[in-house]
Amino acid sequence: MYDAPSLENTLDQKAIKIAATDVQVYYGDTHAIKDVSVQIQDNTVTAFIGPSGCGKSTFLRCLNRMNDTIDICRVEGKILLDNEDIYDPKVDPVQLRAKVGMVFQKPNPFPKSIYDNIAYGPKIHGLARTKAELDEIVEKSLRRGAIWDEVKDRLQSPGTGLSGGQQQRLCIARAIATEPEVLLMDEPCSALDPIATAQVEELIDELRANFSVVIVTHSMQQAARVSQKTAFFHLGNLVEYGDTSQIFTTPVDPRTESYITGRIG
Amino acid sequence: MSVFWLVLIVFAIAAVAYVLSRARAMKSAEGDSRKLHSLPHFYAANGALSAAVPALLVLAIWLLAQPSVINSSVARVIPDHVLEQSGSLDLVMSDVRRVADGLDEAVRQGAMTNAEADDVRAGLTDVRRRLGDVGVALGSDVRPEVLYAAQRYRALNSTGALLRNIVVILIALVGFVLSYSRTHKDFRARNVVEKGIKVLLMAAASLAILTTVGIVLSMLFETVNFFKLHNWRDFFFGTTWAPNFRGDSELSILPLLWGTLYISIIALLVAVPIGLFAAIYLSEYAGPKVRAFAKPLLEILAGIPTIVYGLFALLTVGPLLLNIFGAEGLLGVGWMGGATSVLTAGIVMGIMLIPFVSSLSDDIINSVPQSMRDGSLGLGATKSETIRQVVIPAALPGIVGAILLAASRAIGETMIVVMGAGAIAKFSLNPLETMTTITTRIVSQLTGDGDFSSPETLVAFALGLTLFVLTLGLNVLALYIVRKYREQYE
Repeated sequence: MYDAPSLENTLDQKAIKIAATDVQVYYGDTHAIKDVSVQIQDNTVTAFIGPSGCGKSTFLRCLNRMNDTIDICRVEGKILLDNEDIYDPKVDPVQLRAKVGMVFQKPNPFPKSIYDNIAYGPKIHGLARTKAELDEIVEKSLRRGAIWDEVKDRLQSPGTGLSGGQQQRLCIARAIATEPEVLLMDEPCSALDPIATAQVEELIDELRANFSVVIVTHSMQQAARVSQKTAFFHLGNLVEYGDTSQIFTTPVDPRTESYITGRIG
Repeated sequence: MSVFWLVLIVFAIAAVAYVLSRARAMKSAEGDSRKLHSLPHFYAANGALSAAVPALLVLAIWLLAQPSVINSSVARVIPDHVLEQSGSLDLVMSDVRRVADGLDEAVRQGAMTNAEADDVRAGLTDVRRRLGDVGVALGSDVRPEVLYAAQRYRALNSTGALLRNIVVILIALVGFVLSYSRTHKDFRARNVVEKGIKVLLMAAASLAILTTVGIVLSMLFETVNFFKLHNWRDFFFGTTWAPNFRGDSELSILPLLWGTLYISIIALLVAVPIGLFAAIYLSEYAGPKVRAFAKPLLEILAGIPTIVYGLFALLTVGPLLLNIFGAEGLLGVGWMGGATSVLTAGIVMGIMLIPFVSSLSDDIINSVPQSMRDGSLGLGATKSETIRQVVIPAALPGIVGAILLAASRAIGETMIVVMGAGAIAKFSLNPLETMTTITTRIVSQLTGDGDFSSPETLVAFALGLTLFVLTLGLNVLALYIVRKYREQYE
């Protein structure tokens, strides 16, 4: 819906931001992700689609090593971010997560003021030297999160008091505030109503100008609306990956076609 | 017939009602339970509850009321000159009850017949000797008036018991008959039984509340008695605690309150950091194996009787502190005269409180949603930043509640203070001196040989009430804080 044809044509010239090769993920004895190789481009929205439990969220969490926080989870294979292996022992997962921001399924603002929610990341990473700089970051992030006009008069009121859609945009603004290079979104609209969803989708499209966005979604319409690249996961395998228009119109794999037309999933 | 048998009979009637009500319900439905409004056991339960509950309720009320009714009725037959000789009605009445019990015992052992017990005259028989023969020792010869009152006491008691038995059994039977006659296949037994159960649950809840009210009232009356005998200004604003059983004591709460708060503060200074850090470790860092092992182990601390902690204070912590701060200690400063001190009691009490703080805080920290942690970690925060800036603030209201709960316990603690802190009431900032608390003074004032109506004894109730108000205020404060923060966070 938001796709500009001129951008479509230039896709192939874009740099590769993340390159995953033969990634395997195990939860205890369960083999959750099998041999996934995918190349995610910069300044592009990439959608992961697939039925529940197909491993798309698990794979997403590999990209910023959030799976490290789960004791029984084990990741094998190679994931390069700007040609650096993020699973290299020398890489600090905490630093990595500042570079690869994440937005979660349910809006999870901290029990702090709206201002402190945004300022949390910059404070931790020491991005602002003065209060004025911090104010500036907060305002910029809230503007980029398309929520500034709604909250500018109540920055000190708690973030938990906002509506669901506002909370999710606040969380996106919070993720942007640390100046990440990649933004991972795990079903960011599943807890939102259609109006809030439309606002968030519009925002995702705008974010593409500065970030590489990876979004997991259950809604194929959403994937078609917001993404330029789509990856279809099924039972832990990456079945098909390509331009969104191609996946939705002329899928190569019969499983992709079955899922898109609603026969499996 | 004793109360035990009476209760048994009521239960028997209820059991019969259970079986018969069920049978009648089944019969009215022609043996087809599908035609009944409720399942058969609801009819049965309705019968049993109707028979048992009102009867047992009346029995309970009767048992509570009968002694005071009989007492006041017997007190009327005691002439005034006897009262004057003995000093107080309570003393005469306790004599009367002793003699009455003695007569009962004599009858039971066969030394007297019932008729003899009712007829003995103090002038004609040596009642004291005869009761002595059956093992009831009386302090002095029985006066005729007391003997007469005792006989009257016995007579009223037996009439009362007989009347009680009849009334209770009658009520059980009436309940049974009423419910039985109502039992029919269209009778909504299920609704009635559930309503009845609701009433029982309500009764249990109100009983707990009423008991609290009763405790407060009884303390309040004795406190009022105390303030009739002792100046309230001295109690609240005096500076000396010097009870003197010959009278003319200085009974001020302030030195005791100071000791209580001082020891409690030291205890919290020990318990809150250790307990909170333990909770953070257990809930955030420890693996499932460590947790499964360490958490119960920590909670064992909560199960140790406080007297054992008291021993620990007396035998281990006290001498240890003395070795450091005593005259011949490591520091050689001689600040500490004996093993008992505020610090001793405070440290040991703090150890006692660790599991309270840690266990409650652990539960609260665990109930902070994982999405909060994910959100923080996803922004590139480290684990400790996440805990410090997101998890703890979110859990703070609950943690404050846990701390205030621990403070309540510290203020009410007795045994550790008795053994660890000493018994001298004074104002001092030195934690190495002995001090004492409100609770230990309550114990010592009530366990002495003092006259029960003297201010030195009654002061215990005033102290107890103050303590109650103090902990109540603390709990109200805890609730207020928790609610205030919750409004902000949700």
